[in-house]
Amino acid sequence: MTLDAKIPDGPIEKKWDNARFQMKLVNPANKRKHRVIVVGSGLAGGAAAASLGELGYNVDCFCYQDSPRRAHSIAAQGGINAAKNYQNDGDSVWRLFYDTVKGGDYRSREANVYRLAQLSVNIIDQCVAQGVPFAREYGGVLANRSFGGAQVSRTFYCRGQTGQQLLLGAYQALARQIAVGQVRMFPRSEMLDLVVVDGAARGIITRDMVSGKIEAHAADCVLLCTGGYGNIFYLSTNAKGCNVTASYRAFKRGALFANPCYTQIHPTCIPVHGEYQSKLTLMSESLRNDGRVWVPKEGVDPATKPTKIPEEQRDYYLERIYPAFGNLVPRDVASRAAKRMCDDGRGVGPTVGDQPRLGVYLDFADAISRLGEDKIRERYGNLFHMYERITAENPYHTPMRIYPAVHYTMGGLWVDYQLQSNLAGLFVGGEANFSDHGANRLGASALMQGLADGYFVLPYTVGNYLGATKLEAVETSHAAFGDALKDVEAKIDRLLEPEKKGKGTRSVDDFHRELGTQVMWEHCGMARNKEGLEKALERIPELREEFWSTVRVTGSAGSLNQQLEKAGRVADFLEFAEVMCLDALVRAESCGGHFREESQTPEGEAKRDDENFCHVAAWEFTGVGEKPTEHREALEFEHVKLTQRSYK
Amino acid sequence: MSASTFKLTLHIWRQKQRGARGEMKQYELDGVSGDMSFLEMLDVLNEKLITEKHPDGPVAFDHDCREGICGMCGVVVNGEAHGPQAGTTCCQLHMRTFEHGEHELWIEPWRADAFPVLKDLIVDRTAFDRIIQAGGYVSVHTGSAPDGNAIPIGKNEAELSMDAAACIGCGACVAACPNASAMLFTSAKVAQLALLPQGQPERFTRVKKMVAQMEKEGFGYCTNHKECEAVCPKEISVQFITQLNRDLLRASVRRD
Repeated sequence: MTLDAKIPDGPIEKKWDNARFQMKLVNPANKRKHRVIVVGSGLAGGAAAASLGELGYNVDCFCYQDSPRRAHSIAAQGGINAAKNYQNDGDSVWRLFYDTVKGGDYRSREANVYRLAQLSVNIIDQCVAQGVPFAREYGGVLANRSFGGAQVSRTFYCRGQTGQQLLLGAYQALARQIAVGQVRMFPRSEMLDLVVVDGAARGIITRDMVSGKIEAHAADCVLLCTGGYGNIFYLSTNAKGCNVTASYRAFKRGALFANPCYTQIHPTCIPVHGEYQSKLTLMSESLRNDGRVWVPKEGVDPATKPTKIPEEQRDYYLERIYPAFGNLVPRDVASRAAKRMCDDGRGVGPTVGDQPRLGVYLDFADAISRLGEDKIRERYGNLFHMYERITAENPYHTPMRIYPAVHYTMGGLWVDYQLQSNLAGLFVGGEANFSDHGANRLGASALMQGLADGYFVLPYTVGNYLGATKLEAVETSHAAFGDALKDVEAKIDRLLEPEKKGKGTRSVDDFHRELGTQVMWEHCGMARNKEGLEKALERIPELREEFWSTVRVTGSAGSLNQQLEKAGRVADFLEFAEVMCLDALVRAESCGGHFREESQTPEGEAKRDDENFCHVAAWEFTGVGEKPTEHREALEFEHVKLTQRSYK
Repeated sequence: MSASTFKLTLHIWRQKQRGARGEMKQYELDGVSGDMSFLEMLDVLNEKLITEKHPDGPVAFDHDCREGICGMCGVVVNGEAHGPQAGTTCCQLHMRTFEHGEHELWIEPWRADAFPVLKDLIVDRTAFDRIIQAGGYVSVHTGSAPDGNAIPIGKNEAELSMDAAACIGCGACVAACPNASAMLFTSAKVAQLALLPQGQPERFTRVKKMVAQMEKEGFGYCTNHKECEAVCPKEISVQFITQLNRDLLRASVRRD
C-alpha cells in the first residue's frame, strides 16, 4: 500500500484554493438524496453535522452523551488561536503556520498546517456571528491574550470556558438543523463497528445505551469525529467516557492508524491524591506566567512544610536548567523535568500506594509580594478556587502542588489532505485524526483544528467525494451489515460470559486501572525506552487474556448497563495498547511528546533523528495479537527548516 | 489532606428502568476519605457492590468530565440539588464537606415530569435539547459571517451575556423548583442572545417559541421561589428570568 496524501499542486498559499476549485460539486437537488453519518458531536463532529445539514445533506449524528452539548471539547479552558493580527504585533497566517510546524517538532504535514492557519480567521468570524460571547475590550473589539509561549497575542477566549462556548455555538447550529429535520440526532448511542461495502465505508453499527438495542445505520459516507484515546492511561484529564472504540473498530476494518505513540502530557495538573482517584484535573498553563516551579534541594526532607523551607534550600530547577525560558518552557520540556525531579526522590506531597512522592511546587509567593494578592486573584481567581476545592489547600498561602498528566493524543486515524482515510468514504476530523499537530500540539490549537475541520474542510471534501463517486444504493439489509451486527452481538456475549459462568472475579475498572497506571503510564508515558516497551508488549496480551476470562460484567445486554459500556471500551484499549507501544518502540527517536530515553542530548533533552524518522508511521491491522504492518508517509519540508529545538 | 477516613450510611434511589417502580435502598460504606469527590465515593460503593456480588448491582449515575463543565452529572443529596456546597456540581463536591456533619446521605435523581428516570439516578433531559431546538440559536449559515470585529460589542454587554451563557444545562434548576420549572435554563439562553447584537433579528420570535416549547414539555411555571438560583452550580442569576419575562411581554404586543 502506498500512502498518497493527495496534496494539491501549486504554492502552499494557493493549495486550498486550488483544491476547492478542482472539487466536484453536488447540485442542491441531489444533495438531499445523500445521507451522511457523523459520529461524535464535539467541535469537529457538531460543526460538520450542522454545516452539512445547512448544505442540504441528510445527516445522522451520534453521540454517547445524553446531549450533543456535552462532548469533551467543552472542557477546554484557555482559548482558540487565529491569525487575525488584531493586535498589530506581527502575526500572520505564515507565522501561525510556522509556529505550529515547529511546535509539532517537524512531524506534521506542511500543507495541512498551512490550511489550518488560513482557516483560523474564518472560525472567529463564524463563532462571533453565532453569538459566542468572546472577551471584548472597552471599545467593543475582540480581546486577545498570549498563550503557550507564543510571541504574539493571537488567542481568543471566553473567560476560562472557551471550549464550552465554542461547543455551544456549534451545538446551537446543530439544534437548528435538527429542528428542521435535516439532522437526525441519536444521543446515548455508541458506535460499535464500521460497515465496509466494496472497500468503502457505508454505515455503522450502534448500541442504544438505554434499551441496549443493537442497530444498523446505512449512509453514503461516514465521518468519525470521536476524539482522542488519552483514557487508555486510566488517569487522564479526559472525560470518563472518552474512548478509542470508534477509531479502533475502523482500524480493525482496514483504516490505518497513524503515529499512535504521540501523546501530550500537560505539566500543570493537580497530583494524584488517592488510589480511588478516577480522573485528573488540569489547570490552565497560564499559571506558569506568574508561578515559580521548585522542589526542595537534595538532603531536605520532602515532607517539610513548604513555607518552612528557606530560600537557599529550594531548587528552582526550570530557572536553573533553562535560564532563557525559565518557567515558560514548552509543555513537554516542563513535564519531563518534573518527572526527573520526582524520580530522583525530590518530589513533594503525599505518597500514594508504593509510588514515590509525585508532585512539584508551583509557588506564587513572589508574584503576590510583587503584585499584591488582589492582582493575582484577578488573573487566576477561578483556578485558585478550583485548586482549593479539590485539595483543601489555599494557594495564596502555600504553594500549589502540580504534576504532569495525559491530556491530548496527537496520533489518530491516517487521513489525506481531504481528511479521508485510506478507506474510501471514511472521513476523520478533530482529535480523532492525526494530521495537524505533529508530535506535540501547541496550546489553544485543539479548538482551532476541531472547528476548521468541522466548519470549513469536511463540508467541502465530503461533497467532493459524493460528487465524484458513483455509489450503489446500499441498505442495512446488505450482508455486510448482517455480518457486522453478528460480530458486535458476539462480542457483547463474550463480555458477559465469565460472570454468567461464575468465573467473573475482577471489575472492569480494576483491569483498566492496571493497564493504564501500571503498564501504559509506566512504560509508554512521559519517557519510554526499549526495555520498558518490550516489557509492556509482553504484559498486555497476558492482561487481555485475564480480562476475557475473569472480567465481571454484571447486568444484561438488553438494558442500560454502564459496566457493559465500560467493558467494551476497555477491551478495545487492551488491544490498542499494543499498537501504541509498538509504534513507540519502532520510533527510536525522541520528538515532541514522544521521548525515547535512548535518544537524548547530553543535557537530557529530546533528540530527533530526521534521517531515519522524518515520516508518519501508519499501522495496518492484521489480527488481534498479531503485529500490525507499518506503512510510511515521508514528510517533506519545503518552507520550514528543520532545526533542533532549544529553550536554554 | 485528610488522612483519616469515615463511615457513611447511604440511602439511594434504585429503579430498574423507565416507568418501573423505584425505592430507596440502604447501603453502608466504610473508608470514605475527605479527599474523594462525591462521584468517587459512588465509584467506591459500586466497586464494593460488584465485588460483593450485591443483588442490586452497581448504582447507575450520569457523569463525564468530572470537572464541573459538561453538565452530565447531577443528583439530589439530602434534599439539595448537587448537594450542600454552593456553586458546585456534585462531581466537584468533596466528601470533606460531610466529614464533620451528617453521616447519613439520601441520594435521589432529579425529580420532574419532564425528566423521566431512565435508571437509578439517571434521568432523560432531552426536553432541554428540544427547548434549544425551538429557537435557542442565531440563524447564520456556516460561511456567511462578517469579520469578527465588524460587530462591536461593549465589554459590559459581552460580560453579562457570558454570565448567562455559562449555563451547563445540568437541570439542577428544574430539580430544585417546587414547580419543576425550566425558566432559569430557558432564560439563560434567551438572555445571552438578547444581550448581543447578533441575537436581535430573532429576539422576539425566539422567546415566544422557546417558552412555548418549555410549556409543551411539561415544565411548570415560575412563581419566583428562586430555588433555582440557589442551587445553580454556575450561579446564574434570576435577573435573566426578569429579562425573559420583559421580552415575552414585548413580543406579545409585536406583530412579528
